[in-house]
Amino acid sequence: MTTALPWRTDGKPHAPGLPAWSAPTAGEPLALLPIDGLAGVTPEWAWGGADGRGVRACVVDSGVEGSHPLVGELARSVSVLSDADGELTVADVPPEDKAGHGTACAGVLRSIAPAVSLTSMRVLTDGITGSGAALLAGLAWAIDEGFDVINLSLSTTRPEFGVALHELADRAYFRRCLLVVSAHNMPVRSYPWIFSSVVSVASHDEQDPMTYYYNPSPPAEFFARGLKVDAAWPGGGRKRVTGNSFASPHISGICALILSKHPWLTPFQLKSVLYLSARNVVNVREGEHD
Amino acid sequence: MTSADGPVSLTEQQLLWSVTEAARNLFGAAAASVFLLDKETGELVFEAVSGEGDGHLVGTRFPPGTGIAGWVASCGQPMLVDEVGDDAQFARAAAESTGYVPRSIMAAPLIRDSECLGVLEILDSGSRPRGDLQDVDLLGILAAQAAIGVELLTKLRRTGNAEPEPESGLAALMGRISSRLATADKQTADVVTRLLSNVDDLLAAR
Repeated sequence: MTTALPWRTDGKPHAPGLPAWSAPTAGEPLALLPIDGLAGVTPEWAWGGADGRGVRACVVDSGVEGSHPLVGELARSVSVLSDADGELTVADVPPEDKAGHGTACAGVLRSIAPAVSLTSMRVLTDGITGSGAALLAGLAWAIDEGFDVINLSLSTTRPEFGVALHELADRAYFRRCLLVVSAHNMPVRSYPWIFSSVVSVASHDEQDPMTYYYNPSPPAEFFARGLKVDAAWPGGGRKRVTGNSFASPHISGICALILSKHPWLTPFQLKSVLYLSARNVVNVREGEHD
Repeated sequence: MTSADGPVSLTEQQLLWSVTEAARNLFGAAAASVFLLDKETGELVFEAVSGEGDGHLVGTRFPPGTGIAGWVASCGQPMLVDEVGDDAQFARAAAESTGYVPRSIMAAPLIRDSECLGVLEILDSGSRPRGDLQDVDLLGILAAQAAIGVELLTKLRRTGNAEPEPESGLAALMGRISSRLATADKQTADVVTRLLSNVDDLLAAR
């Protein structure tokens, strides 16, 4: 197909200063798209034989140890940095991870989608730990770079960043960057996992990395493996870790597999495929009840 | 002992210690501890410990973003890491900083409104009848309760409504001496003043 990807076009021209929806919506034919009817969607249809090739994923976290055998080669390693004036910039950095959280998440993603192209965006650094501004800057960069899947195993509790994160999550959604975010299992309000435009993930207590469940009682929409996960550990080792942080890269990996087989799926279609291929949904469809 | 908001009050010490004591007993753990975040430096400060490392750890500071507690403070998510002691690098660092090398660490952030105030950490949880995921959830609930307590005490301190703390230690002794000296007869006051003057000289000479 020679036409530009529809989620990468500039959109229809419209009056300056007015929102896009003020442009006329009638009189133009819909763009021809290879829309799939999603008939017969099964796990085999969704990701059978896929390895993530051709899909670009970004782990927005504490950095990734690029030399780790469970992580493999990184396409790129960048970081949000604060200059002397406190301005935040994005620059290439060595693939290092002093904390280890990002390395663990990247290793999980790689274990599911071995051929995915992995990039690390570090937003948790020594000087700006927990800074919502760094998270916003890093996430905005990843969305503008057009990654297919962005894994975010962290959240901010600062409400002043809620609106901006909401806008970023929607921008990602319409640019076909799938934001996969770990749900917060504490009685606090945090962002952006709570937004409907992202895929939010909590943990189940089973061991199969490809088993996940659709949760009919959101906001956490899916449950994936988050218990005793064999994860990459800084220094080249591995550790068994438990928590929602490690459930979301499982879903990120599965989404990378699906997109490598079905690159035309948009986030809402992909979420539908995730739903239709979830273990509990498949079981009900096949007449089993669990 | 200090935190980001100034000296930690006796009530705050008691609250934090009771949180760690309850958590340690609830999980049958080797130790439970509370770190508070120093907002100036981003460091985590050991404020209360129950069990292994009791006492001498209080006041120890850890650089931002390091260790399991650092992860948890950074990403805001409770988590559990098993078999940490197998890692030689980790074991050495843990032994040097705390004197105890755990097999497992479970930690949850103390979050109140929009702020991470610190971290509640459990070392070597014992029997786990609830299962690991339920333990992590339960720790999250305990951490939320602790955070509410810390926030309330901090607010009281800021508004000046906190009850005056009973003084203890050297400061209390100096305070008592000062007030008694003010009402003592002249002969006693002269002797005490000379004595204190000698103490001062002795300290200055060292």
